[in-house]
Amino acid sequence: MKKVAVVGVGETNFSGPQDKTEVELFAEAAMEAITESNLKPEDIKALFIGNVLGDFSEGQGMVQAFAAENIGCHHVPANKYEGACASASMAIRDAFIWVASGFYDIVLAGGVERAATMGTGLATRTFAMFSDARYEYPSGITFPAVFAMLTHLYADTYGIPLEKLREQMAKVSIQSYRHGSVNPRAQFFGKNADMTVEKVLGSFMVSSPLTLHDCCPFSDGAAAVVLASEEVAKKLTGKPVYITGVGQSSSGPLCNQSDYLPRIRAREISSRRAYDMAGVTPQDIDLCELHDCFSIASLIAAESLGFFEFGKAGEAWEKGEADIGGRVAINPSGGLKSKGHPIGATGAGQVYEVTRQLRGEVEPERQVEGARTGLTDTLGGDGGTLVNIILQRGW
Amino acid sequence: MEHKLIFKDYSEALKQNKLLGLKCRACGAITTPPKMVCRQCASPDMDIIELKGSGKIRTFTTVYVASEGREDEVPYTIVMVELDDGPWIMGNLGDFDPAQASMELVGKKVKMGHKVFPGDKYSAGEGARPLFSLVN
Ligand SMILES: [Zn+2]
Repeated sequence: MKKVAVVGVGETNFSGPQDKTEVELFAEAAMEAITESNLKPEDIKALFIGNVLGDFSEGQGMVQAFAAENIGCHHVPANKYEGACASASMAIRDAFIWVASGFYDIVLAGGVERAATMGTGLATRTFAMFSDARYEYPSGITFPAVFAMLTHLYADTYGIPLEKLREQMAKVSIQSYRHGSVNPRAQFFGKNADMTVEKVLGSFMVSSPLTLHDCCPFSDGAAAVVLASEEVAKKLTGKPVYITGVGQSSSGPLCNQSDYLPRIRAREISSRRAYDMAGVTPQDIDLCELHDCFSIASLIAAESLGFFEFGKAGEAWEKGEADIGGRVAINPSGGLKSKGHPIGATGAGQVYEVTRQLRGEVEPERQVEGARTGLTDTLGGDGGTLVNIILQRGW
Repeated sequence: MEHKLIFKDYSEALKQNKLLGLKCRACGAITTPPKMVCRQCASPDMDIIELKGSGKIRTFTTVYVASEGREDEVPYTIVMVELDDGPWIMGNLGDFDPAQASMELVGKKVKMGHKVFPGDKYSAGEGARPLFSLVN
């Protein structure tokens, strides 16, 4: 198996409703990544795109073929990945496997979404399509409802009074807002840095006990990365970031995960595979971009990834152990909560962030000093798809 | 290989307040909602049985922001119930003020009725789900 490097990354702003089409958004991120890689579109051998709801948001299916043509990657194989919110991470993991195998030497991978464009009603309906349509949607399940139920289950499982847990969750949102407020690409750039526990708890209830500020926004945006074999990477850049471990796993409907809930079993399997492949442990991770679609999701993720004991992640956030300068810097980008969550692009946005962190290129207020090893964590649906990617400095 | 019990038949039975599941001949585990193989041992050798439909609430939420087409239903309470027969199942909580849902619901015993989601343009038709109520 060949070593595989990230040689270039690109990203649009993550934002509310955009005027640009998905093809236009993806093309902007893609050209930024290709240009940064010192490559031309004709050098790309294949294109893998995460995109979930382009048919609903703008009536566009098969976006990957149109995106490839738009950026001058003429007639390359172009594949679309759909794993709900983990789609782009699936695309990057598969691109990694193809380059590692030697079949391709340069692959462009990423994702695009216009979830904000759909508006709350349609976005809520379509996001619910990633729960079981026959046995769970009739009950009126929504995405916030899934994590709201996991919140109550978490409180009960670990014996934490709900009011205390909600305060801990508010502090997760506050940290994410603070990081995102200094990330120019973030949906909440320049906003919400003064968030307080009282404001989080007092915002309107979406699905009890989750309020607006416990929930990530609907977002539009795109992100892309260029992966190349080690031989190619060494010619292109002095700062190759190697993908040293990947993992992916799946699960069925939420109720069928009952033996493990509120833990997400797929995450534990996926991250274990990634750690083992990279030969590292959770203690080696300097920063992690994890899937904080809801504040409680951060706690659940950080525990399953091995950073904190089960039931203790809230305390870790309160003590700053999950902050920049703490034990592991969680979501220095602002995460889904503050950077935004254009679902088909989110995983590529995480790889974009980790790559730039490892290169030491982000804004000083949110740079993790001396970071050598980073992890991404992307969850699709209610645990249906999980992808983890470990990236390490190659210089 | 055909399924022993498909969604349509499960849903039709639920409309008669009958909760169907599958009992594994190999390991005895009960699987519901139905699927091709046993939830414990992955054997496809299972028989259709009627479950009691009773159990206890393990978690819940009251939904205030609805999907497109279901705006008239909010607020409503969703529960995940651990059935006395083992599996967990999702449904709604009826005969109860959704605004009053609190941690006190966790562990409460429930019995099962049903309610039909009439379907929307994406759902390929209707589907019944359990409508639970508290047992006093
Ligand atoms: Zn069995």
